[in-house]
Amino acid sequence: MITVHNLTKTYGDKTVLNIDHLEIPKGQSFGLVGNNGAGKTTLFSLLLDLIQPSSGHIINNEVQVDQSEAWKPFTSAFIDESFLIGYLTPEEYFYFIGELRGRNKADVDALLANFDDFFHGEILNQKKYLRDLSKGNQKKVGIVASFIGNPEVVILDEPFANLDPTTQIRLKGIIKDLAAKEGVTVLVSSHDLIHVTEVCQRIVVLNKGEIVKDLLTSAETMKELEAFFAG
Amino acid sequence: MLKHFIGLQWKSFFRSATFKTEIWFKILMALGALYFIAMFLGMGVGAYFIIEEMGIGDPLRVINRFMIYYLAFDLVFRYMLQKMPVTNIKPLLYLPISKSKVVHFSLGKTAISFFNVAHAFFFVPFSIVLIAQGYPALQVVGWHLAMMALLYCNNFINVMVNNQNVVFYVLAALFILAGASQYYQWFDITFYTQPIFDFFYDMSWTAIIPWVILAGLYYGAFAYFKKHMYLDGGLAKKHTEAKTENLEWLDRFGNLGTFLKNDIKLIKRNKRSRSAVIAGFFFIFYGLLFFTNAIEVYDGPFWKIFAGIFVTGGFLFSFGQYVPSWDSSYYPLMMSQNIKYREYLSSKWYLVIIATVISTFLATFYLYFGWEAYAAVLVGAIYNIGINSYLVLWGGAYVKTPIELTSNKKAFGDKQAFNAKTLLLTLPKLVLPIIIYAIGHFLINPIAGYIFVAVFGILGFAFKNRVFTMIEGIYKKEKYKTLQAYKQK
Repeated sequence: MITVHNLTKTYGDKTVLNIDHLEIPKGQSFGLVGNNGAGKTTLFSLLLDLIQPSSGHIINNEVQVDQSEAWKPFTSAFIDESFLIGYLTPEEYFYFIGELRGRNKADVDALLANFDDFFHGEILNQKKYLRDLSKGNQKKVGIVASFIGNPEVVILDEPFANLDPTTQIRLKGIIKDLAAKEGVTVLVSSHDLIHVTEVCQRIVVLNKGEIVKDLLTSAETMKELEAFFAG
Repeated sequence: MLKHFIGLQWKSFFRSATFKTEIWFKILMALGALYFIAMFLGMGVGAYFIIEEMGIGDPLRVINRFMIYYLAFDLVFRYMLQKMPVTNIKPLLYLPISKSKVVHFSLGKTAISFFNVAHAFFFVPFSIVLIAQGYPALQVVGWHLAMMALLYCNNFINVMVNNQNVVFYVLAALFILAGASQYYQWFDITFYTQPIFDFFYDMSWTAIIPWVILAGLYYGAFAYFKKHMYLDGGLAKKHTEAKTENLEWLDRFGNLGTFLKNDIKLIKRNKRSRSAVIAGFFFIFYGLLFFTNAIEVYDGPFWKIFAGIFVTGGFLFSFGQYVPSWDSSYYPLMMSQNIKYREYLSSKWYLVIIATVISTFLATFYLYFGWEAYAAVLVGAIYNIGINSYLVLWGGAYVKTPIELTSNKKAFGDKQAFNAKTLLLTLPKLVLPIIIYAIGHFLINPIAGYIFVAVFGILGFAFKNRVFTMIEGIYKKEKYKTLQAYKQK
């Protein structure tokens, strides 16, 4: 589904990302871990064409991301709060994203009905604008919005951070289901090793912009990761 | 302790993102400040002699007579422009600094703001002139000190009433009423207030009274802030109750409608964009200056075109100018969503066009000044639609300053407009139509001038698709730079 070729990103003489080759097959739940500054968000921004690669390129479902915009209809993401429109209510925001992705109000409502649990009664009909919601609730809105319109690729940067334990557990279930049942390629980054090992079929460790580990999740993965990060 | 506070303040000023602007913009700002200082100084030195020349009485008494208005205007200006000291208190709350010290510092900081210092440029020279003219020094000093105290009283009144719109509007209404009744000679408020100010001069020991009031106000402001220095109290952000709006009537425009819906909500729900639209609305009346012959300089024939452009282009200039910065806080979303640049730009373009058409209808009252006046407005509207609407979008590609939607900060004298490229683009917006008109005016007759400008506008309109393709290209090229710039708040 996604292929990375000789991708580098440099700022001045500092290389923040350098990936020779990375292939993510369709329907895989893919976890990206690494310390701060490892290049996780840089990679995701490159995937979304928000920054330009210094060399190399990314192919997303046969579309070269920095050349064509044809990847947009089947790719969705939630990176940070700059993906939210602060002056809309959550409902308006969902409908707006829905309209951009060719889904009418009824479609969006049907999708939202599945997330009643996840929202925990704190999102819909709250008479609040997104900018007035708590950070955790904002995140819930952003994550659910990225599921609108049956995307084939979903990119979530640090989805577990800021969420309460109940929501974290629910989100893990949702992500697993997306990959397993609907064949969606889910890319998740996290600082929490337990969460990624639970959710992802494959885990890639970035360190200073380079891939240092590429593991298919198994019983030993957690130990291996801990050993690596303990240094 | 004070050293730390001042150090923080210094850094927050010099390290703010907005401070790092183009050098010549800084020069421009410095010139602006100098201009105001010079004005105040000039008034301070000159006021005495001007009033003496006019022969309406003892200059000091005349000043005293109108002092109440001076103070009232000062209060209004402060209310609208002076920033409140509460910002940046949050990070200090949990540090081992007593709350009193933090509040004292925040309030003390307002004392050295431009709004207080500027008055010194008037009062100091004025007082010196008075003494030089043989007024008893002790009495002048007493009066001077009293005035200073009163202006500082304004400072702390403003601090206390800030964000209390009701108080402000009641006060403003009272003063407007007072001004109007004075003008129509129903009731002269200065008749009652002048003696108070005279008193400070005649018996200079009474200058102590405003200082006592000032101390009281300071203490009041201090107590108020100290009491409300909690995250859920005075430092809390105000939340408005949100209402979901569907605006379904816009659905018929397809994707365009999706964006239009958003833009309407953007304008309605954010302070900054609301102010821009209100400012745009007042442009409609700008033409009155030209067509009533109120200002002689504006009497030339070309100025009518100039007026026409402004009357119908208020929204275009106040809102259109800042596309796409209105969407700066969620630009990454827009760029990674399933959006075509052309649709996004089209929606902004339609918004500008709709506003221009509405302004043109609202401006029909210019018919009162003859059909020629309204013809200028119509021609201006056509030019705005046909040419200027593209130019603002084009210029927008180079405007890379994020807009903070929820605050009015920087709404005045925003440096965005002073970007070299956007400044260059204002030439065709304003100067070109005047030149086109002049050619028609001098070669044939005024009507030909109007027709020439209108034809230009219509031609521009006809080439919409080509122009849009070009603008789209520029936006695409600038995309990464824009994204990068919007990240830096």
